[in-house]
Amino acid sequence: MQKRLNELKIIAETKIKSAHDLNTLKELKVKFLGKKGELTSVLRGMGGLSPEERPQVGALANEIRNRLESLISSKTEELEEEKLEKQLREQTVDVTLPGLPLTVGAIHPLQAIWEQMEDIFIGMGFEVAEGPEVETDKYNFEMLNFLKEHPARDMQDSFYINPEILLRTHTSSVQPRTMLAKEGEVPVRIICPGKVYRRDSDDATHSHQFMQIEGLVVDRGVSMSELKGVLLTFIQKMFGKETEIRLRPSFFPFTEPSVEIDIYDPQKGWLEILGAGMVHPRVLEKSGYNPEHYTGFAFGTGIERIAMLKYGIDDIRHFYNNDLRFLRQFQSE
Amino acid sequence: MLVSYEWLSKYVDLDGISAEDIAEELNRTGIEVEVIYTRDNGVNHVVIGKVLVVEPHPAADRLKVCSVFVGKGEPLQIVCGAPNVAEGQLVPVALVGATLPGGVKIKKTKLRGVESHGMICSAKELGLPEKMIMKEQLEGILVLGKDAPIGQNIKKYLGMDDQVIELQLTPNRADCLSMIGVAFEIAAIFDRKLNLPDIEEQKVKGKESPIHLRIESEEDCPFFAAQVVHNIKVGPSPQWLQNFLISAGIRPINNIVDITNYVMIETGQPLHAYDYQKITDGKIVVRRARLGETIITLDGTKRKCDEETLLITDGKEALGIAGIMGGEATEVSDETTSVLIESAFFDPVITRKAVRKLGLRSEASHRFERGVDPDRIIPALTRAVQLIQQIAGGKVGSNLISERIGDVEDVVITLRHDRLIKLLGVQLESQEVLAIFKRLNFSAKYKNGEYSVQVPTRRQDVTIEVDLIEEVARLYGYDRIPSSLLKGKNIPGKLTKEQKIRRIIRQTLRGLGLNEVITYSLTSPEVNQKTVSLNPNANPIHLSMPMSSERSILRTTLLPHLIETAAYNTHHGNYDVAIFEMGATYISKEQKLTKLPEEKLELAMLLTGKYRSTNWQYEGMTGGDFFVMKGILEALLQRLGIQQAEVKAATFEGLHPGRSASIWLSGQVVGLLGQLHPKVAKEYDLGDTVVCQLDLDLLCQAAEDSVTYQSLPRYPAVTRDLAIIVKQNVVSKEVEEGIKEAAGELLESVHLFDVFTGEQIGEGKKNLAYSLVYRAKNRTLTDEEVQKVHDQIIHHLEKTVEAKLR
Repeated sequence: MQKRLNELKIIAETKIKSAHDLNTLKELKVKFLGKKGELTSVLRGMGGLSPEERPQVGALANEIRNRLESLISSKTEELEEEKLEKQLREQTVDVTLPGLPLTVGAIHPLQAIWEQMEDIFIGMGFEVAEGPEVETDKYNFEMLNFLKEHPARDMQDSFYINPEILLRTHTSSVQPRTMLAKEGEVPVRIICPGKVYRRDSDDATHSHQFMQIEGLVVDRGVSMSELKGVLLTFIQKMFGKETEIRLRPSFFPFTEPSVEIDIYDPQKGWLEILGAGMVHPRVLEKSGYNPEHYTGFAFGTGIERIAMLKYGIDDIRHFYNNDLRFLRQFQSE
Repeated sequence: MLVSYEWLSKYVDLDGISAEDIAEELNRTGIEVEVIYTRDNGVNHVVIGKVLVVEPHPAADRLKVCSVFVGKGEPLQIVCGAPNVAEGQLVPVALVGATLPGGVKIKKTKLRGVESHGMICSAKELGLPEKMIMKEQLEGILVLGKDAPIGQNIKKYLGMDDQVIELQLTPNRADCLSMIGVAFEIAAIFDRKLNLPDIEEQKVKGKESPIHLRIESEEDCPFFAAQVVHNIKVGPSPQWLQNFLISAGIRPINNIVDITNYVMIETGQPLHAYDYQKITDGKIVVRRARLGETIITLDGTKRKCDEETLLITDGKEALGIAGIMGGEATEVSDETTSVLIESAFFDPVITRKAVRKLGLRSEASHRFERGVDPDRIIPALTRAVQLIQQIAGGKVGSNLISERIGDVEDVVITLRHDRLIKLLGVQLESQEVLAIFKRLNFSAKYKNGEYSVQVPTRRQDVTIEVDLIEEVARLYGYDRIPSSLLKGKNIPGKLTKEQKIRRIIRQTLRGLGLNEVITYSLTSPEVNQKTVSLNPNANPIHLSMPMSSERSILRTTLLPHLIETAAYNTHHGNYDVAIFEMGATYISKEQKLTKLPEEKLELAMLLTGKYRSTNWQYEGMTGGDFFVMKGILEALLQRLGIQQAEVKAATFEGLHPGRSASIWLSGQVVGLLGQLHPKVAKEYDLGDTVVCQLDLDLLCQAAEDSVTYQSLPRYPAVTRDLAIIVKQNVVSKEVEEGIKEAAGELLESVHLFDVFTGEQIGEGKKNLAYSLVYRAKNRTLTDEEVQKVHDQIIHHLEKTVEAKLR
């Protein structure tokens, strides 16, 4: 009987080892170890053994069962592994094929500059004010010390709707509006981005509609050196820490002293970027701030101009043509 | 203002200072220099020659063979085609080897067999601008004055080697509209000596004045002066005078007119010369024009005036428009022998009004509009009379007469030292400040912390303390002002809720694949009406003087320009368009604007072409599909935390009647959504296109900017599908509401996952398939409970929408 068992062991071992798939292995398990399997049927003959032999054969049978079971289980694992590997091989894709065509839209470059400027000035304690694009002559000009029939008005050729109402020529109109709303409260620190309009024929450098950002600071004892500090900070955050600036005296009816600020471009030399100045006492007075107690500075810049410089855009009309080939270049801004 | 370097050097010591230095320092101290140029146009090796002999060309009727002496060597044989060439003339001769404008090089040549050793030049060939040449010099070769030195370089003779500095003056610096004004400025900047011309008034004895002056409009003309000069000889000006005028951008006419222009550029005071004999009785009356009164001005144009035009008259007829242009009738001509020279102050506002109404500008009006210096009126007149005598001969025919109403004195302004320091943020010593005033030729005294500064009348822009601060600052140097941070109270900067939400909307739409566009606010009435508007009753606001009809009104809706943008892109090969714009529309109920319109912020979106392109793996997604846009809208509303919005079928002009809807929020319409009407789409060459328009202000109001956390469910959900067949006209919304109504609180959500029609469903019917999720807050639901509710729903739908279970 022991011989039978050992024979069975060798046959089973050989068959299990040479099995090529999981089904064969399953069948072999049933064939050798199942309830009606060969090992069981051999053991059924144990009744004919002597009591001395029985434990020995029993032990041998158990050993063989354990041996075969472990063999089957390791063989199963091996075959399963092989099967998975095959499956993975079959599932391999060409990773260089394109993905699902999802695209993100682009920010308009003018909006990009607008938001960057807002963020820079918010960081310096400014709020963002707003005002109407259709404006009264009073806020657009008179409150800003542009007298009627004064040549200074030639600096800004306007679209009038009637003698008292026009499309604002600059966002500076928000200065008196803000000061009147604040009713003498200080500090005033606002910027105002927005659309403005002038009677210009559209070409590569002119647009009848464009965008400006105006800024205004009013407080006790504000000096021109603060104007310089704030605008230098802005310019260096916008154009890089090393950017050099130059201040030139200029003229705006609503500031005195007035200043034009240039930045230095290694290729193009000095480029005009900002107009600014100390708020004219008459402007403060008209808006309810006593110029003896309060001073301030104001500044303004063209968003198109900054965008053109920053991105190297050569034609202002691109901003308003909205060609998607142009706009999509700003997906990552 | 064009400043000739040579002319300027007559009034201020420019030794060691180049035109470039001047430009740099002017820029630094507040006067922008556009450009520096010379008038030589690349001319080289052109000298003055004398035509000795002119003989006919043996082989060509139109050509002549000239012998020209150029100051040294043998006379040159030059073939010339100009009909006006004549013996004895002094002419510009381009020698062999000369260069002319446009890179022309002169070589020895043969013309019809005759050798030519150079070329006699016309004004045009020397590059002299046509506008700057006297009319009689336009044709043929340029014949020079009799004083032209033979052999001299033509550039020197014609002043073409002079440098011209072009100033871009701001309106406040009217003082620099004169050479003397610029000289004062240069003297201040470089701390140099001035050298102003000596002027002496010319007098005659004991004669009755031949001028009878009456000023009827004193406010418009507070100061008028005139003087008569007899026995003058009108002719061309000497070359130096012509050269200076050309450098200043003024065409030489004749010696009298040239002198008035010369003095205007020198002093800033415009003058006018009248042919005295053509003024009836020597009478000058300054008065406002009568409505419809006409005058023919020097340019030969008949001008119609009104009561806001100031005229110089002889009591009856208009002689000229004050401060702008003289009349043709009293123009100085070759026959003129006596002239009356006018020097006056005309009010800037009346001058400007007339300029605008007549559409007529001149060098004179440019100066009067900005205000002339009353202290220069007499000196300028005297200077002109002096020059006329020197250049055009003549004899002073009258004493200078003048009428002056009121007196203009130098202004004295007080400047506080501590104010100066505080406003600039610079530590300055009083000596430094006084030195700056000295350079400016402002006399100043310092006492008890205050400067008392006398500002000359030439600087009419300096009127208050802060103007002096600017003068000090600009000469001290803006670059020397230190920079510092804001010293005031620290306050945090921030965006308002609306500003934040607008940014969120932009980011969300970008994330959903839409590109932001910015289009013009001005449009035409036709374009504005093309499609639907959220404000159909708005009256578009018209500009009073539009530049074109295309940009004549303010838009009342964003959609038309968005559609135009889509069309533009499609025409340029960008077929897949997904765009949005946020901007104002301008709404007024008034026909004529008396108050500002409402500026309503809108959001508009447009999709056409493919929203998502087809690739190797997936089918693409059409952009012009109502439900793609609706999905974008729903995603946006989700991001804004707006849950209660409703979309209801509605029809709009310009949209597909079966594929358009209005968007409702808390009982009001906040927007619209729909496919562009095929007719409109076709007009723009667009395929299926969908648009959506929302009232941005209402959207921002409704948006949530805070979130309250809801605890997560603790018991499992049961999901059941429900497929029913209903009539085609039953809308999904109705079924969904029926489901919710019948289900009660155990129903957590309903989701429509399929809609289909077909033969198996039956004519006029459709199948709707929903997925229903049931859940109780406090227990696990049993199958029986769920079935009960599910059955209730079915019964309810059978009753309300005649649904049949599939």
